[in-house]
Amino acid sequence: MRPKPMLLALLTLLVCPSMMCPSLMFAGTVSGKVTYTGTPAHQKPIDMSKEPSCAKQHATPITTETVVSGPDNALENVVVYVSAGATDEGQVPSQAITYTQKGCQYIPHVLPMHVNQEFDIVNDDQTSHNIHPLPKVNIEWNLSQPPGTAPYHKKYDKAEFIPVKCNIHPWMHGWFVVLKTSHYDISKGAGDFKLPDLPPGKYTITAWHEDYGTQTADVTITGNETKDVNFTFKAKAY
Amino acid sequence: MRFISAILFTAIMGLVFAAGFAVRAVAQQDVPEVGPLRPLVVKPMESHIGNITGHAADAKYDYRRYCVGCHGVYGDANGENAVWLDPKPRDFTIATFKCRSTLTGTLPTDQDLFNTIGRGLTNSNMPIWNTFTKQERADLVAYIKIFSPRWEHEKAGTPITIPPEPPITIESISHGKALFTKLECWKCHGPHGEGDGPSASTLTDSKDNPIRPYDFALGGNDSRFKCGSTNQDIYKIFMTGLDGTPMPSFADVIQPNDAWDLVHFLRTLQVNRHSKENEVLGAAHGVIPPYVDKNPAPAAPADNKPPGGGQ
Repeated sequence: MRPKPMLLALLTLLVCPSMMCPSLMFAGTVSGKVTYTGTPAHQKPIDMSKEPSCAKQHATPITTETVVSGPDNALENVVVYVSAGATDEGQVPSQAITYTQKGCQYIPHVLPMHVNQEFDIVNDDQTSHNIHPLPKVNIEWNLSQPPGTAPYHKKYDKAEFIPVKCNIHPWMHGWFVVLKTSHYDISKGAGDFKLPDLPPGKYTITAWHEDYGTQTADVTITGNETKDVNFTFKAKAY
Repeated sequence: MRFISAILFTAIMGLVFAAGFAVRAVAQQDVPEVGPLRPLVVKPMESHIGNITGHAADAKYDYRRYCVGCHGVYGDANGENAVWLDPKPRDFTIATFKCRSTLTGTLPTDQDLFNTIGRGLTNSNMPIWNTFTKQERADLVAYIKIFSPRWEHEKAGTPITIPPEPPITIESISHGKALFTKLECWKCHGPHGEGDGPSASTLTDSKDNPIRPYDFALGGNDSRFKCGSTNQDIYKIFMTGLDGTPMPSFADVIQPNDAWDLVHFLRTLQVNRHSKENEVLGAAHGVIPPYVDKNPAPAAPADNKPPGGGQ
């Protein structure tokens, strides 16, 4: 770290211990857009005729969500996070997050979370689901969740990108993205993301898409500025 | 004449012998270089079964003689036989096991592993290893633990509590059938438990290999499950789930006494087995009466029933 920010940081600590002052004196933001080039593969409509109670919830059949695009070539469901440069793993967020099975679909399709953050799994359908995440690093479990039963409260203690499936309904696919940082966001709508509250320093920002892979960008924050970082993924034909 | 034929014979045998070497040389040329093998660390793991303590180091030669062919030198299910096997051998490096008395996502007890080795896994290539002594089997249980770091810092799960089995009555079987419908077991297992439910053909295990649900109607009087053959074993199967497969745990969604009713119903799906449950069903003329719920819950939606059957 350069001496000047170090001095400022020390002064900050004296004047404003982190526990007493909710906002840092110097905190920058990295924000931007995630887009794609080329033409994404056609997302196939899902045939839910084997599960009538779900089929009737969709006036037109929903499609697979491997690639969800927005206006102006925006790419949604890209998890953007600080993969290097943060001084610590950050606090486990206190707000509850929920993974819902509704219409035989996972909502949200991709759920980012902090290591050891508790999340709820809810079955909002009239059919049974089994919630079966398939981690390779974390521990695998498989739980039945009939309609009207209580939510499951779960958490993972290791960083990993975990695919989630339901064995009863093979078209259901989702992701748990467990991260060792509290600086993360997921691109939505117009592909926007925002990583606020970054103390001065050099960071590596990683953007992950379930099909198009990962990309990184290096960014340096010196004060309160907002740095613009954009990610462009190359669409795959299939 | 005999002399000439002797010479001829020797010459031909000599050629065959030489040809053998040539074929071997060619075959060795085609075998790709694998490079140096990574070292295998036999950690000093232990197992405790009853009053026997097993030691991993003592099972080294037994594992190499009997287990390596399928489970592989590094316990990663890459033994040379594995490519020919379905289902695949257990991958010990992940420490995910099907047959446990512990909750889903937890390690099995030493007794669970000990029992599996001795029982073998029916309808698979895992033999019934009842030729080992108890000590040898306990040593092998300890040896299995060297392959995954989970055994070093994670304790085995607590075995689930199984309440005493209630009497086998037609009411119990009737409730079991109602549960089978309500919990949608038929989606994979089919309305008669024959493994032909609507989702059955799409099932894959956690390594993406196709897998079939258990067919209760298959087999004769002695048909077994991979994880045992008693009513207690069936109870454990759906109350702990078969980790690594599509079969989930129902521990959070069935009351323990209701679970026994489901066990009794499942036994009647084993149509060729002489069981107390089938006797009771026979005494009721083979008809399972509709279940009368003393505390009725809201009715299940009409379109959520198995096609052509169920109640």
